[in-house]
Amino acid sequence: MLTQTETFVPQTEPESREPDPRTINTVRDRNDRIFRVGLSSTGIAVLAIMVAVGVFLGVQAFDALSETGVSFLTTTEWEPDRGRFGIGSVLLGTVLIALVAIAIAIPISLGTALFITNIAPARFRGILVSLVDLMAAVPSVVYGLWGLFFFQPGVIGLSRWISTWFGWIPIFSVEGAESNSALPNASAFTASAFIAGVVVALMVMPIQSSVMREVFSQVPLGEREGAFALGATRWGAIRVVSLPFARGGIIGGTMLGLGRALGETIAVLLIISPSFDIKFRILETGGNSVSSLIALGYKEASSFGLSALMAAGLALFAMTLVVNFIASAFVARSRSGASSEA
Amino acid sequence: MTILEKSDSVGDQVGNVESQRPKTTLPQISPIALPPSNTRRIAGISREDLGNILGAGASAIAVTYLLFGLLAPLQGSVGFVVVAFFIFLGLYALLVSLTNPSPIVVDKVMTAILAASGALALAALASVVAFTLWRGRDALVTWNLYTEDMSEAGPADPLSVGGIQHSIIGTLIIIGIAIVLTVPLGIACAVFLNETRGRFNRLVRTVVDAMSALPSILAGLFIFATFILILGLPRSGLAAALAVSIMMLPIIIRSADVVIRLVPGNLREASASLGAPERRTVWHVVLPTARPGLGTAVILGVARGIGETAPVLLTSGFASTLNVNPLRDPMVSLPLSVFEFVQSPQPALIARGFATAAVLMVLVLVLFAVARLIGGRPAGQLSSRQRKRAESRSLRDLKRIEPDIETEQS
Repeated sequence: MLTQTETFVPQTEPESREPDPRTINTVRDRNDRIFRVGLSSTGIAVLAIMVAVGVFLGVQAFDALSETGVSFLTTTEWEPDRGRFGIGSVLLGTVLIALVAIAIAIPISLGTALFITNIAPARFRGILVSLVDLMAAVPSVVYGLWGLFFFQPGVIGLSRWISTWFGWIPIFSVEGAESNSALPNASAFTASAFIAGVVVALMVMPIQSSVMREVFSQVPLGEREGAFALGATRWGAIRVVSLPFARGGIIGGTMLGLGRALGETIAVLLIISPSFDIKFRILETGGNSVSSLIALGYKEASSFGLSALMAAGLALFAMTLVVNFIASAFVARSRSGASSEA
Repeated sequence: MTILEKSDSVGDQVGNVESQRPKTTLPQISPIALPPSNTRRIAGISREDLGNILGAGASAIAVTYLLFGLLAPLQGSVGFVVVAFFIFLGLYALLVSLTNPSPIVVDKVMTAILAASGALALAALASVVAFTLWRGRDALVTWNLYTEDMSEAGPADPLSVGGIQHSIIGTLIIIGIAIVLTVPLGIACAVFLNETRGRFNRLVRTVVDAMSALPSILAGLFIFATFILILGLPRSGLAAALAVSIMMLPIIIRSADVVIRLVPGNLREASASLGAPERRTVWHVVLPTARPGLGTAVILGVARGIGETAPVLLTSGFASTLNVNPLRDPMVSLPLSVFEFVQSPQPALIARGFATAAVLMVLVLVLFAVARLIGGRPAGQLSSRQRKRAESRSLRDLKRIEPDIETEQS
């Protein structure tokens, strides 16, 4: 006969009360206190410099902004002394150049980062990393020269081909280029947002690539080996393990590059021929950016014109600031640092 | 004999003869029953791959040549490379699919694309460096480029007259002032960020992060508006150095912060437990441990600062004569000279611009190489000379503390 047995749970005495966390009082002697005050003063100095720049720009820009109000964002002309000025067209130009740059830089930087971390033989890895970092150190004026004298003559054929065959897509159409004439008009394709964007892409590519590479090198080895053990090919392992793991870093690196692309001055200034029209035709000659507007306009500007330039600069700064903070939020929230149990 | 028969015979033995001790028998597996096992290759290039790549490459170039020369109205070197690459990918996929299942075809094609993007990045770097050196070659080999300024040389003068000595010296002065201003402040601020905790610390960190997003032209515009317009000071090397400093400071703080964060906490604790005050801990433990990384941080910041054109454009003014006084009169830097030279339609001036760009680039590359050399070592690892110095220092301390102790001099 079966007897039913009960599971006995021994009654333990409940803990009388939670132990109070010990409070730790740090007592610093005079030496350390003086040292800390000294350190804090460097922090205050840096903070003061940075805040001074920001506040000064804001105060100076206020004159111009209070004159125009919201229409500052939509007006396309730039004639501050006649009271008609706004960043509608230059802001659009800045964003267009940056977007072209990012669209070109993303595949290259992602591919380079994956190539370095997953495919290149280990003994070449260090050299490749150094070379990509070196690209980030080359001065932007050198990239500008390269774009103006080397890349632009070579790419016109490609621009014309794209505009001939894909001209029905609005951003690829070009006005003033008789593509069927015997003597094609090459100057319709020079100094375009597309060419400036390609040059800026070369500049932001290494920045994006090094952030992505950093994240890819943190992919847990156990998860990759697991994928291989289940029969994945190398690309399969990249697709199911590396890319999902690194998603935050990829987005963050891209945004970081975008922030840099928005603020780039001298290469854009060298290549583009300024125009104040609102246009999305990236292959066509002419375009503008906020920073080249400042670089071209500061010399002749009256004090009010300078205030207007500061307002434009402030708008640019606000944009790069937002982009950078989004970038760092993504990088911080990516799974990097978390490891699998394998 | 198969496994089945063997186990049957074991069962017979156990069932029929109970008195006999049962023997443990191992099933004999014949080698034929095993499937042949091949180790899967994940990385590396086999001979078949190499043949596929070469074959696809050769036919892609041939087909593109046909398209560009004879069949279709295509032209331009960039277009040639683009078209050839896509034809290569298609042919390569076709070749691989003759002998392999589809996941391997995808893998091979993706590997080719990734390798090509790496190669594209390197080719871009190589072409930028080579093109600049090539276009500047005529001016680079003339000695007067390095020893004269442009005061005597007109725009149409040949390359044998005039040079960029004034901008080389100007760059060195501007960056020297910027280094003096930013490096001590930047490293002290990075120490501050690491050695203290609290709300103020977080605020400083956030603001520094924000300022690293400042477009460089705004740093120039700030100095232009305050220094030159409001204070009425002339355009000078000092103003340019200040603008460059505003741009470099966040870069140096952020990279030094990352390096100091890597100093192991137990080193700090060991120092504190020996009774060292925080000042000595930072000076004798934290900073020496992070020294190689700090060197890299500084040099990378300096390389960025040297190459910046936009802030200098607004603040330094332009001159074609040598000026060694940063307090007054315009002072040009290398990137600004490049910018001014290539604005001109004169071929001689453009050649000078390329030579100037080449000098600037070589300067940055040398700085970068130096940064790699000292930064190659992880924090705390010393070179043999540094280790000897550290040993002799601790020996001296030991003798000071215990004068009677016998020490072996090595």
